[in-house]
Amino acid sequence: MKRTKTTVGVALSAVLALGLAACGGGSDDNGGGGDGGGGGSAFDAAVSKVVNPSTKTGGTLKYVITDAPDSMDPGNTYYAYNWDFTRYFARALLTFDPKPGEAGLKVVPDLAEGLGQPSDGGKTWTYKIRKGVKYEDGTEVKAEDIKYAVARSNYTDELQGGPHYFTQYLAAGDYKGPYKDKNLDDFKGIETPDDHTLVFKLNQPFYEFDYLLTNPQTSPVPKAKDTGLKYQEHPVSTGPYMFENHSIGKSFALVKNPNWSAATDPLRKQLVDRVELTMKVTGADIDNRLLAGTEHLMLAGTGAEAAARAKILSSDSLKKNADNPLTGFLRYAMLSTKVKPFDNIECRKAVQYALDRTATQGAYGGPVAGDIATTALPPTETGYTKYDLYATPGNKGDVNKAKTALQACGQPNGFETNIAVRGDRDKEVAAGEAMQQSLAKVGIKAQIKKYPSGDYSSQYAGKPAFVHKEKLGIIIAGWGSDWPTGFGFLSQIAHSKAIKDSSNYNEMELEDPAIDKLLDDGAKTEDIAQREQMWSQVDKKIMESAALVPFIYEKTLLYRPPNLTNVYFHLAYKMYDYPSIGLQ
Amino acid sequence: MTAPIEVSGSEVEAQPDAVLAGVDRKAIQGRSLGQIAWLRLKRDKVALGGGVVVLLLILAAVFAPVLVKLLGYPPDEFHRELIDPVFSRPTGAYGGIGWDHLFGVEPINGRDLFSRILYGARISLLVAFLATLLSVSIGVVLGMAAGYFGGWVDTVIARAMDVFLAFPLLLFAIALVGAIPSQASIFGLFELKDNSLRIALLIFIIGFFNWPYIGRIIRGQTLSLREREFVDAARSMGARSPHILFKELLPNLIGPILVYSTLLIPTNILFEAALSFLGVGVAPPTPSWGGMLSDAVTKQLYPIAPHFMIVPGLAIFITVMAFNLLGDGLRDALDPRAR
Repeated sequence: MKRTKTTVGVALSAVLALGLAACGGGSDDNGGGGDGGGGGSAFDAAVSKVVNPSTKTGGTLKYVITDAPDSMDPGNTYYAYNWDFTRYFARALLTFDPKPGEAGLKVVPDLAEGLGQPSDGGKTWTYKIRKGVKYEDGTEVKAEDIKYAVARSNYTDELQGGPHYFTQYLAAGDYKGPYKDKNLDDFKGIETPDDHTLVFKLNQPFYEFDYLLTNPQTSPVPKAKDTGLKYQEHPVSTGPYMFENHSIGKSFALVKNPNWSAATDPLRKQLVDRVELTMKVTGADIDNRLLAGTEHLMLAGTGAEAAARAKILSSDSLKKNADNPLTGFLRYAMLSTKVKPFDNIECRKAVQYALDRTATQGAYGGPVAGDIATTALPPTETGYTKYDLYATPGNKGDVNKAKTALQACGQPNGFETNIAVRGDRDKEVAAGEAMQQSLAKVGIKAQIKKYPSGDYSSQYAGKPAFVHKEKLGIIIAGWGSDWPTGFGFLSQIAHSKAIKDSSNYNEMELEDPAIDKLLDDGAKTEDIAQREQMWSQVDKKIMESAALVPFIYEKTLLYRPPNLTNVYFHLAYKMYDYPSIGLQ
Repeated sequence: MTAPIEVSGSEVEAQPDAVLAGVDRKAIQGRSLGQIAWLRLKRDKVALGGGVVVLLLILAAVFAPVLVKLLGYPPDEFHRELIDPVFSRPTGAYGGIGWDHLFGVEPINGRDLFSRILYGARISLLVAFLATLLSVSIGVVLGMAAGYFGGWVDTVIARAMDVFLAFPLLLFAIALVGAIPSQASIFGLFELKDNSLRIALLIFIIGFFNWPYIGRIIRGQTLSLREREFVDAARSMGARSPHILFKELLPNLIGPILVYSTLLIPTNILFEAALSFLGVGVAPPTPSWGGMLSDAVTKQLYPIAPHFMIVPGLAIFITVMAFNLLGDGLRDALDPRAR
């Protein structure tokens, strides 16, 4: 999923995964338990519990964002913050439990009455939807509207903004989408035997299908109200709030939806009177507004910038209103196994041992910006286990071990290579310099190559032909998953089938049949514990290959103005649970 | 980018009244134009000050490795023990400025700013000098040709100048530097790669696209000079064009060329800084002043470590100021009527 406009999310290939209600490894630093018990304000308090629990109503909750959302259409957005925010007005079939801590990773029914009923060996999934749910105009939600929503968001040329997992998993033949093919009955991937039943037909057994349905793409869209790309001006609401006005690219306001009823929606509340979003405010300005209390939340959830960060951390009264959670992103360097001399595992190991991981951590902003990483899976994903294959004293690198590896590689005096970075990401450039400095100590001369971030994966680092030609041995990048599971995270960056001629995220070009088999088999394994076990094995195999050099498990510094109520960090969306927040 | 600089009057004439005061008659005998200009320049304390600063800068850049060995640390060496890990800024007061690190250390990785400024001066001055040399060479040759020959030669060159002046140089520079390969050979003569290629390209872009400014000035000067009596005299004695151009006209153009070059250098320093600031300068970790400024701004570190921005900013400011003062003084000395 995307955190900022420039972060490329997972494309439409194989991903998914599911599973797991309880997060495997547990995030040590983020507290875990999360039973929803409330409490007062303290640094990091909202990571594990609800801060300022209250049922007080009224007030206007104000959001700001630096740019503008890609689209407010629930079927056409690929930002985690929007999957979080659209729940104000769009109810999906399933959703993540609105609770702090690991409880938030559990999938629960939203529009549906219960989780999916699999049959036919995991190829057919049946859902019943709640009766009496109404749109903002008072008409009732029908199963066919959900079928239509999935069809428009996954099968049309117009709506390309979101992921296309349904295209990949549903047995829909060469269905052309509802804009070209006006007869919805031609869409065979979903059947609606009656107004309250949905039957999903898959092209392969997929026991963890429920995760797919948490995406706002499964929130109903009445066919008569669909205006294609313009639908984002006023998506028809099924949630507690609806659009009052919307000036695209500038601002919008949500007001209470009179036809929403708490009786059919046990997960949401209708605390504030209005929700407003102001777009295109600079990052520094947003920080100042939040600190001054004139606005309440930064929609993108990317956290405070350096100046505000220093201000918050150096003042106890501000610090107690801040949280420092993991974002689920792993920042790393990939060593291209197809570029000499990194085709030799010993040369890759030399880099692992030579690297001063405290220096790369410093490049991203120090301990507040992330914990030093030693595994392929971050602690936010299922299957994470803590271990360190290439431990060095104080994480500062070990010149002797690196030289031994270089000897074994047949390059005792080191070698020359290149480090690819996104030139406009100053933190990646700084990380490149830190790496360069570490490697120089063992005789590896690395030259930094800057490329534009917009085409980084399509033209440069993600294009193997270019990587080979320019001898980009080291590629600095980052990754976050669409779903918080080992499969969702690793299948795109480590499976040999993920290697593509362009927009390739397996930049190390790792082709390990054992990893492929574990990932393929894991997706078809019903038992949750067994599946997590398999993701852990994939993680270890990747690290054994020494092709992935993890830098940090990224963290962010979020500020929550003290007058917000019911604030907590939602582990599935990796930002505050927006629809739960009220005002004092 | 570069404003055409008005250099009026070319023929450098001795101004006895101005020079004579306090000098005895004998001394005037045999004094060359250069000597007279130098006499005038010596009296201009401000210009002289600029000249001294310029000289010191050049010496500092040339002897940077020695100075750094004596007073600093290698420019790429990390000193993370001097950095507060939480705030990424130097733990010492005023950015860690002290006897150990004269200009303090860089936030994040603790590199010595003193040595980075010195090494940055090498890049800035090298690019600025060579780019100036390139524009002046092209400008003088084409300007003289246009002014002297006139006719279609003049028309073609003058239109070419217009085209170059209208060129969106900054955008082009960004695009070009972004698209360069990692190595290239220049006319098959020598191979350039990585940083040396980038520096060569910076020099080419800055130098090649700035020639019309000096070209126009030289053309104007040549136009008026070629109608002068000494040119007629030379021609009537059977001198051919090359002789007239190089022996008669060029010496009379030395004044404006010298002045314009001195004033073009600071402009080029700023342009190089601008390109580095925009991320198309030399590759890290090679320091350059514009790149250091850019780091301070894009990393949002200037509010918590202001010295990170002030030090390279001051370096650029002082250098540009010194060159400009020297250039102004030189113009006054060579052409007192322009005062």
